[in-house]
Amino acid sequence: MSGKPRLTYCNGRGRMEPVRWLLAAAGVEFEEVFLETREQYEKLIKDGVLMFQQVPLVEIDGMKMVQTRAILSYIAGKYNLYGKDLKERALIDMYVEGITDLMQMILVFPFSPPEAKEKNLDSIKDRAINRYFPAFEKVLKHGQDFLVGNKFSWADVQLIEAILAVEEKIPAVLSGFPQLQAFKVRMSNMPTIKKFLQPGSPRKPPPDECYIETVLKIFKK
Amino acid sequence: MSGKPKLYYFNARGRMESIRWLLAAAGVEFEECFLETKDDLTKLRKDGSLLFQQVPMVEIDGMKMVQSRAIANYIAMKYNLYGKDLKERALIDMYVEAVIDLNELLVTHPFQPADKKEQHFATIVDKATNRYFPVYEKVLKDHGQDFLVGNRFSRADVQLLETLLMAEECKPDILAKFPLLQSFKARISNIPTIKKFLQPGSQRKPPLQEKDVPKLMKIFH
Repeated sequence: MSGKPRLTYCNGRGRMEPVRWLLAAAGVEFEEVFLETREQYEKLIKDGVLMFQQVPLVEIDGMKMVQTRAILSYIAGKYNLYGKDLKERALIDMYVEGITDLMQMILVFPFSPPEAKEKNLDSIKDRAINRYFPAFEKVLKHGQDFLVGNKFSWADVQLIEAILAVEEKIPAVLSGFPQLQAFKVRMSNMPTIKKFLQPGSPRKPPPDECYIETVLKIFKK
Repeated sequence: MSGKPKLYYFNARGRMESIRWLLAAAGVEFEECFLETKDDLTKLRKDGSLLFQQVPMVEIDGMKMVQSRAIANYIAMKYNLYGKDLKERALIDMYVEAVIDLNELLVTHPFQPADKKEQHFATIVDKATNRYFPVYEKVLKDHGQDFLVGNRFSRADVQLLETLLMAEECKPDILAKFPLLQSFKARISNIPTIKKFLQPGSQRKPPLQEKDVPKLMKIFH
């Protein structure tokens, strides 16, 4: 046992990517086990390792944690990325939850039928430009480097992840948002994040056909 | 200003009901402002009261909180319903997140198109009785304590009870194979604050009726 957290998921972003981002941002090394076959998944279930028969699974500090939000909250709490008090936590939670709603749209996008893809992409663009990015642009007008409490937190990590993910789909999406552009540069230059953004890091590429096929194969009903 | 939390939502369960449960369980009185028309929602949005233009919104301790999980987290922490340390919080989060997943199925049932309803119902029953309930039954069996986590009343107990009752509304004998969940249900229902919330005249909302669905849809579209 190495003592490092161990992540079990498919070899792709999916619901595990925010966990990889957060651990990386906190400077925490981790190991990964990749699900490649249905048999592997069924064995995990049979072994009783997945509390609700689902991944993500993160083995950390003697716990077999499931449920992405539970995992992320634990990591944020443990590595002091969750604000200094209840009110800062409330802000971080609000921001993270909003971003998660946007990321959910990106998460399911590759699995939508071809005829729905254009409409879904328009929805992502609409929500990013008209609902979420304006909210964070406004928050950053406080002139501080970070979203909450003048200190690096889970909210900053979640936002930079989301900005980059949306930009992959809509390259000019930040054009009306100067604060977010500056935020993106600032966050990308933080040492732990800079390292995560370099080739060879545990960061996963955008989903491709092969990933989609693997997911459908493993989790088909 | 009364100092009491003020809840902005429709006069329905939806995404606000878990928050009503938590406040009630904590013995906290609250006020409600019901949205009846699209104009009510538009006005709140124009006022800048809704960070992501969505309800639920709760005015509490000088904040206009949005995102139901953020709101619930804040209330749980403030009123000591969130465990005594990071690890208890992790357990509570895991249990609560799964309950929320099951809740999603229950809450979206009235909105299913007629031709999908029967299959959706079957999915609810399957997931409840094969994925979720066995886990909580086992948790209670393994430690033999009155409450799910840390031998102490927490939000996990509140949210599980809420979901057990909703599941029973869906299928009255759904707890037949889960004796410990049945006794859990009786025990938690008898906690004075919860008992009060379960009585007629409380702020608990009734199940959504089919006939109310069109009115709700109109507010959104």
